[in-house]
Amino acid sequence: MSDHAHDHDHPPHLAHHFETSEQQMESGKLGMWVFLATEILMFGGLFCAYSVYRANHPEVFLFAHQYLDTMWGAINTAVLLASSFTMAWGVRAAQLGQKSILIIMLSLTLLGGFGFMVIKTIEYSGKYSHDIWVGGLNGFYQKDGLLLNPEGNYEALHYLDEKKAKKYGKDAHGDDHGDHAHGDSHAAHHGEDTHAEATPVVEVSGIGRPAAAEAGLIPSLTEYKAAIPTGGEAFVTGVGAEQIAYHGSHYPEFDELAPMDHNSTHIFFQIYFMMTGLHGIHVLIGMGLITWILVKSIAGAFSPAYYTPVDLVGLYWHLVDLIWIFLFPLLYLIH
Amino acid sequence: MSDTTAHDAEHHDDHGDHGHHVVPLSLLFGVFLILMFLTVITVAVTKFDFGYELNLVVAMAIALVKAVFVGLYFMHLRWDAPLNGFILVTSLLFVTLFIAFTLIDTGQYATFQEAAAIRGSAP
Repeated sequence: MSDHAHDHDHPPHLAHHFETSEQQMESGKLGMWVFLATEILMFGGLFCAYSVYRANHPEVFLFAHQYLDTMWGAINTAVLLASSFTMAWGVRAAQLGQKSILIIMLSLTLLGGFGFMVIKTIEYSGKYSHDIWVGGLNGFYQKDGLLLNPEGNYEALHYLDEKKAKKYGKDAHGDDHGDHAHGDSHAAHHGEDTHAEATPVVEVSGIGRPAAAEAGLIPSLTEYKAAIPTGGEAFVTGVGAEQIAYHGSHYPEFDELAPMDHNSTHIFFQIYFMMTGLHGIHVLIGMGLITWILVKSIAGAFSPAYYTPVDLVGLYWHLVDLIWIFLFPLLYLIH
Repeated sequence: MSDTTAHDAEHHDDHGDHGHHVVPLSLLFGVFLILMFLTVITVAVTKFDFGYELNLVVAMAIALVKAVFVGLYFMHLRWDAPLNGFILVTSLLFVTLFIAFTLIDTGQYATFQEAAAIRGSAP
C-alpha cells in the first residue's frame, strides 16, 4: 500500500491517510455520530429545564400549552417525517448512483424543511402579535410578583379565550377575565366532557384568594405571603388536590393557578421558544447543508463509490427529525 | 442482509458484503407509514384521560418507538457498525442521568408556599 505508484491509483475522493473508501466512509460516519451525540447533549440541557419546570409546575404546563396549536404541530411532524423519508430515499439513490432521483429527493427534502419553517413562522408570529414572546415581551412576565406588561397579559388571556371559543364552537366570552364564574362556564363548555359540570373547581391551594386576583391583577408576593395560612395544610390539601381536580374536567384558567405558578407561567413560553428555536436553527442549518449537497449532486460529485456527504447530511437531518418527535408531544400534547 | 442486496443486485454493489447497506424502498416507505400512523395515534391518545403522569408516559413511549424506527432504518443503525449505535445510546443514557439527578435534586426543595407554611406552623 505504501508504494509510490499507489498515489496515482487511488480514487480522487480517497484521502491519503485512509486505506480504502470503505474505511474513509466508516470514519466519517463515526465522526458524525460523535457530533450527533454532542447535539443530543446540547438539547439535553433544554430537556432538563423542561423536566424541572414541568415537575415543579404541572398546572402551568396544563394551562400554557393551550396556546400551542396541536394541528400545526401535527402537520409539522408529518412534514418533517416526510422530509426524513425523502432524505433516506435520497441516500439510497446516491448509493445506487441514481442521480436524477437523488436530485429530486434532495429537492423534496429541502421543500419539507421550507414548509416546516413557514409553519413555524405562522405559529411564532401568531404568538408574538398576542404578547406571547420571550422575556419582558411576554404578557405573563412578572418581576417581584408584579406583571410588567398588564396590557400584554390582558391581550394574551383574551387571545386564549378566542382560541378556545373557536375550538369548542362557542362564541367568545366578553371581557370579564379573572372572573371566577367565567372559568366555571368554560369547564361546562367542553362539549365532550359531560361530567365537567359535576366536577367543581377546587379552591386553589386552599389559600385565600387576594382581592386583586378577582380584578385580573396579580397581587404582589407580600400580599400572598399575608394570605398563606399558618398551618401546614396549604400544600397538603391544596396543590396536590388541585392537580387531580383540573385533570379530566378542564385545563386550568390562569386565575385558577397557584400564586407560585403565576410567577412561572412565562417560563413555559421561554422553554417553548428556546427548544423550538434551537430546533428551528437546526432545520435552517440542515436546509443549508442539503442545498450544498444538492448543488454538488447536480454537478455530479457523487457516485456509489463516494456519497459520504449525502449520508452524513442525511444523518443530521434525521436527528433534527428525531428531536422534533420528542418536542411535539412534550410541548403540544400535554394532557 | 443478503436478501436486500440481492434485491439491488443489478446496481453497483462493489463494496463487498458489509457496510453501505442499501435499504429497499418498500422498507423505507413502510417505516414512513408506521411513523405517520404513530403520529396520528399520539395525537388521538390525548383524547383519553389516563391521568397526568400516565398520559405523559404513553406519549413518551410512542415517541420512543418512533425514534427507534428512525434510528434503525432511516439512520441505518440496524446495518451500521455497532459503535455508532453505542455512541447514540451512551449520549441518551447521559442525558437521562443528567435529567434524573436534577429531578431528584429539585424534588428536595420546599416551594415558597410550603416553606412559609412550615415556618408558620413552627412553635
